[in-house]
Amino acid sequence: MKAPPFAYAAPASIEGALALLAAHEDAKVLAGGQSLMPALNLRLAAPSVLVDINAIPELSEVSITPAGLRLGALVRHSRIGTNSAIAGAVPLLGLAYPHIAHGPVRTRGTIGGSLAHADPSAEWPAVCLASDAVMEVRGPGGGRDVPAEEFSLGIFTTAIEPGELLVAIRFPAWPASRRAGFAEVARRDGDFAMVGAAVTVDLGADGTCTDARIVLFGASSRPVRRREAEARLRGQVPGAALLREAASLAAQGIDPPSDLHASAEYRRRVAPVMVRRALADALSLPEARLAS
Amino acid sequence: MTPTESLSITLSVNGATVAREVPARLSLADFLREELRLTGTHLGCEHGVCGACTVLLDGEPVRACLMLAVQARGHSVTTVEGLTPAGGGLTPLQAAFQRHHAVQCGFCTPGMLMTATALLAGNPSPSAEQVRDALSGNICRCTGYVQIVEAVMDAAAGAEA
Ligand SMILES: Cc1cc2nc3c(=O)[nH]c(=O)nc-3n(C[C@H](O)[C@H](O)[C@H](O)COP(=O)(O)OP(=O)(O)OC[C@H]3O[C@@H](n4cnc5c(N)ncnc54)[C@H](O)[C@@H]3O)c2cc1C
Ligand code: FES
Ligand code: FES
Repeated sequence: MKAPPFAYAAPASIEGALALLAAHEDAKVLAGGQSLMPALNLRLAAPSVLVDINAIPELSEVSITPAGLRLGALVRHSRIGTNSAIAGAVPLLGLAYPHIAHGPVRTRGTIGGSLAHADPSAEWPAVCLASDAVMEVRGPGGGRDVPAEEFSLGIFTTAIEPGELLVAIRFPAWPASRRAGFAEVARRDGDFAMVGAAVTVDLGADGTCTDARIVLFGASSRPVRRREAEARLRGQVPGAALLREAASLAAQGIDPPSDLHASAEYRRRVAPVMVRRALADALSLPEARLAS
Repeated sequence: MTPTESLSITLSVNGATVAREVPARLSLADFLREELRLTGTHLGCEHGVCGACTVLLDGEPVRACLMLAVQARGHSVTTVEGLTPAGGGLTPLQAAFQRHHAVQCGFCTPGMLMTATALLAGNPSPSAEQVRDALSGNICRCTGYVQIVEAVMDAAAGAEA
């Protein structure tokens, strides 16, 4: 199908975009268009105005400083995956990238668009949660910082208020002792995940786990930290048995959806496997990838 | 700045400068097919899944069904028609598709060619695995993909020799 009629503007500044959003109540932001255009073509959305943010240079800026990595909201998937400095600054980005869509979608799709769209099976929101990222949101009244944990609120729902724009994502500096792992299962390479896990593990000099982040995605309405499983690892020297235990803790009590791609039962069975594999890869413990 | 439902755009398509007044909602794919009569760009799904509409935007593969024509303003677009060498005939990749019977009904072929052209431009000697990965977003309901991968590998080997 074809997109319904709408009026279009491509402002050159963030202020210009905010003014347009303020002036047109049902305006929508157009970033990479890789989720919004399908929605328009399928007539699932019919905004009266599209505010195209692709002409705002500031939104494509990348900066890497001792404080961490800052990605403008319009940084494309392909740039994240092919720029080794970005994946070097936050290794989880590099691990997740190959799972996101296909070349021509990565050319246009943006990290800010993925976060704002908030598909529960999307990779970037899970990576942001596991990396303690902070979203910089700007509105008519100024800017505010929203931690990843408070940003994704549910299926296609975020903390972005009408009239606001996501302008950048900040990742704190990655400690040298931090390991990362990422695993997902999808119908085909590049499809949305049925279930996946993004993890980080901080190791002390003696190999003890000092901190951990375990995030499940595709298993509920938004990516979620599994704190009991994280706590199980803290203070321990991780081995295969401990990882298996943490993985089953991580999947306990989840209430995944059933849809065309997978049943809730399947997702419940696979979730701990994804956590186990992500942890095993993070810690270079290949034997822990196996069930027993 | 006032949003408008119709805009003037100037862009380059297959090396020629094109200027038109277009509705904002017109997709790049429909602009190419209906306004410029470049019907080699096919539309299968119109939501980004099948890959038949893949064209190059400044050399990078994109879905023409997921871009607005107005977003191509000032950019350079290459369609399957634009692959034809100056003197006519086929590119080595197109010739390899013919040799390997990588075309049956031909619906997916323009998208396959554009995606593979972009792959070979960035990576002149890919592994079979890299070819499969690059083409994983292009659906073919006829060939079973084997001949398509062979054709791309053959074109790559030919370019090296
Ligand atoms: C075939 C196909 C396969 C895909 N597979 C995957 C996959 O495996 N994993 C995955 O994660 N994604 C996948 N995607 C989606 C893709 O990653 C999109 O790029 C992404 O979801 C949206 O980013 P975008 O920049 O294209 O945003 P758009 O489509 O432009 O916008 C999406 C939504 O976010 C809003 N928005 C965008 N930017 C901002 C901003 N800066 N501030 C406020 N609101 C904003 C828009 O108004 C809109 O509502 C796939 C898409 C396709 C077509
Ligand atoms: S028509 Fe564009 S991807 Fe199917
Ligand atoms: S040749 Fe028919 S779809 Fe590929």
